[in-house]
Amino acid sequence: MTVEVHGVDVQRTECPRGPLLLRGATEVVDDEGVAHEVTRPVVAVCACDRTQRAPWCDGTHKALERARRHREENAREDA
Amino acid sequence: MRLPSPRGPLTAGLFPALRGISPLPVDELVALVGNADCGTAELEDDDVHSALWVAYQLHYTGFDEVDHRWEWDPDLLRVRRALEDRFLAELRVRTADLVQDALQAEGSVADRLFAMTETFEAPALAAYLRRDATRDEMFELLVQRSIHNLQESDPQAFLLPRVGGAPKVALAELLFDEFGAGRPERLHSGLFARGLAECGLDDEPGAYASVVPGVTLAFMNGMNLFALHRGHTAAALGHFGAYEATSSVPSRLVVAAVERLQFPASVRAYFDEHVEADAVHEQLAFRDICGGFAEADPAAVHDLFFGAAVCLVTDADVSRHLLLSWGEGRSSLATSADALVPSDQVA
Repeated sequence: MTVEVHGVDVQRTECPRGPLLLRGATEVVDDEGVAHEVTRPVVAVCACDRTQRAPWCDGTHKALERARRHREENAREDA
Repeated sequence: MRLPSPRGPLTAGLFPALRGISPLPVDELVALVGNADCGTAELEDDDVHSALWVAYQLHYTGFDEVDHRWEWDPDLLRVRRALEDRFLAELRVRTADLVQDALQAEGSVADRLFAMTETFEAPALAAYLRRDATRDEMFELLVQRSIHNLQESDPQAFLLPRVGGAPKVALAELLFDEFGAGRPERLHSGLFARGLAECGLDDEPGAYASVVPGVTLAFMNGMNLFALHRGHTAAALGHFGAYEATSSVPSRLVVAAVERLQFPASVRAYFDEHVEADAVHEQLAFRDICGGFAEADPAAVHDLFFGAAVCLVTDADVSRHLLLSWGEGRSSLATSADALVPSDQVA
């Protein structure tokens, strides 16, 4: 997901296999141009494109991660 | 807050003493708790966890009819220690495999904590709520959750002076959000209280301590045991992280349940807030707080995993109890649904 971030001195932290954390953001504009106000000190922006709460993370990336783990386990069993 | 009703021999000895009606039979109570450990006297979970829950509540706002000096009463602390030793021994046995697996796994501490919460097979309570729960069952869920949610994040506030550096900053950041991020109307425990009140339920903390089963009090006791002892700080942080990491996705399902059952918007608002908030908090808790704490003190890794495992196991106990009770067509509460009427309205 490509987002535009507004704010002063915004800190970005990419979580491995997880969302993008933003500190100091005041507004996030999603890829359809809709502006979302930031109301908490840190926000998690979806990085897997599967969230139902765009642009915010709603934990859906964990389902993708679980599916990946299952595939790996199955591949190991087949081998 | 009012003292709950006694639930067995332990609380029948303890509560009158706290009211100042009779002396505390400290040796008898310690022996009772100790003996039960050897299997000679079976204490019910309801009794054990009600006693421990009351002992911990003395460190918060206490009870109307209990003198504040009981908070640091050496005799009461002896009884509490016996209860804690018994509970801790049980928790260590029950979480041993989860902790071992995490210790032997590869990856960063944060990744292993996430993996533990992700691979743990918890009873599918949220999925049941979304699809099948009745209105009465949803009311019961709110009553069960009121024990924790009306004091949400209060236990973890005790951790702030016990951690330093970057993990302290991250913990303060997380707690600030839990406590409303500068807006009183966003205080998480307040959001839950509003939901309860709009459902006609009692929104005073501890109002339902007499009617929830021992497993519900045990979940809160595990959290408090870790949060109130400096020696268990790492376990408290792991517990906090696991709580946050198992909240966002289930909260989304509960939002759907609340909409399906047409509960008040304030109930929806509480769970809705936790979808987005806890997707942030789980990252802060596992990466910045637990990960940072382990970096500064590698010996703490075991306890971080232990605390997380305790959260998962004790929360699963509650979910299992709810699903089992409802599956058998009975209430998940220890006493009848009449008890849902606030105590001051009972003749």
